[in-house]
Amino acid sequence: MPALLVAAALVAVWQLYVSVSGIRPQVLPSPVRVVEQGWAHRSVIAGHAWATLQVTFVGFAVSLTLAWALAIAVDFSPWLRRAFVPLFVVSQTLPIVAVAPLMIIWFGFGLLPKILVVTLVTFFPVAIGLIEGFAAADREAGSLLRSMGASRWQQFRYVRLPAALPRFFTALRIGITYAVVGAVFAEYVGASSGLGIFMSTQKNSFRTDLVLAAVVVTAVLSLVLYALTYLAERLIAPWALGRSPR
Amino acid sequence: MSAGAEPPMSAVTVTAVDRSYGDRAVLDGVDFSVELGEFVSLIGPSGCGKSTLFSLVAGLERPDSGEVLVGGAPAAPGRAALMPQKDLLFPWRSVLDNCALGLQVQGVSRREARARARELLPTFGLAGFEDAAPGRLSGGMRQRAALARTVLQGRDVLLLDEPFGALDALTRTEMQLWLQKVWQEHRWTVLMVTHDVREAVLLSDRVLVLDPRPTRVHHEVRVTLPRPRTAETLATSGFVALEQELLEHLHGSRRADDQRRMLSR
Repeated sequence: MPALLVAAALVAVWQLYVSVSGIRPQVLPSPVRVVEQGWAHRSVIAGHAWATLQVTFVGFAVSLTLAWALAIAVDFSPWLRRAFVPLFVVSQTLPIVAVAPLMIIWFGFGLLPKILVVTLVTFFPVAIGLIEGFAAADREAGSLLRSMGASRWQQFRYVRLPAALPRFFTALRIGITYAVVGAVFAEYVGASSGLGIFMSTQKNSFRTDLVLAAVVVTAVLSLVLYALTYLAERLIAPWALGRSPR
Repeated sequence: MSAGAEPPMSAVTVTAVDRSYGDRAVLDGVDFSVELGEFVSLIGPSGCGKSTLFSLVAGLERPDSGEVLVGGAPAAPGRAALMPQKDLLFPWRSVLDNCALGLQVQGVSRREARARARELLPTFGLAGFEDAAPGRLSGGMRQRAALARTVLQGRDVLLLDEPFGALDALTRTEMQLWLQKVWQEHRWTVLMVTHDVREAVLLSDRVLVLDPRPTRVHHEVRVTLPRPRTAETLATSGFVALEQELLEHLHGSRRADDQRRMLSR
């Protein structure tokens, strides 16, 4: 894979630069040092990663539930569409950098504010993906169903819902990566455990190597979750693979 | 209302139907009927309102004035079975489930709908493809599957909208002969829209020529050629004469339309 080659080359250049320039590890640790130190602290990092995963999963689950419920409601009611869709857009424009600390002030250091941040970050792409997916159903397919005597609900169930799945899975992929980043960010602002707060404390004690180790773990987590969406798509809608709109 | 005095009930009766969209008159006094077990084709220049007419008979739209009856009652969704131009086989359903869709919509359980579809598929040359994805079917097979889905709804009338328009010439002739064969066995009432004069003559008991917009029925030809009509029939003088007659009326209606436009300019 070309991507792996490029990544390996970049890491090699980084390693070379660090050993040639003699830069201090507090400023820029070598990749080898990042891996060594990360491995040495693996049980601590794993604990934080687990906390982050929990926030990611719970937050994303809340987001998915909300997105499905509201997208379906919007699909059935033009009035709700006009009422809600602009609000969805507004939800996406809120600067998360400002909102996340407020969440901590309002809801404390527990799970709730982090779940809210993840939900806020991921709701929009998933909801819009679903709303547009439902609407992307072939108009003539709708006519065919109506000629069969199908109710609005049957049209939704037999045509609009399955027709939305390719877009939904695309949105799911975008959403899950946002979810991890959102969780880490929310923890960074304030938490008792999680990769975000781990990065924050290590940065404050100039352990750049451990910050970067946590960054690598975050990236790996995101990639694994991203890959899982393909697995889910293969299980739920194998016909949709390769049909996602670009 | 005295029973018995009325004429035998037609499968489809369209009486003095007008329909316009805004200022654009599409149908202007359309009259025709289709008897039970009859195969009737509508031909006409493109954009002549055939699709609108089909929407009315399918009960998807209402006429501005006039009356559309299907099986003796006003046209409504679920009274006629529609086969649209696009096959609209859904990739998320197997061939069998696509064919069973209409029954499921009617409230038949999935199991029962599939069982009934399974019985019919061999007639449509789809035995062995029950569980295949529609994407794996050839063009001709897709049309047969779409027709099976239409027939399985068990409605009084089949509305076929250019059913073979997307097929290559060779497959199309094959499909026409095949359709004639299964139609002779089942005697469905069929109303078909087509651009293809030959297809219309080959399959129909009657062919109606429509005017350009605003549309009405311009001419009617009864096709009495014996069935089954075969590839050889296409070359007989009787067949060719009918084809000629229809073509003249098609072009005649277009010329009349051109003249009308010239005059109104």
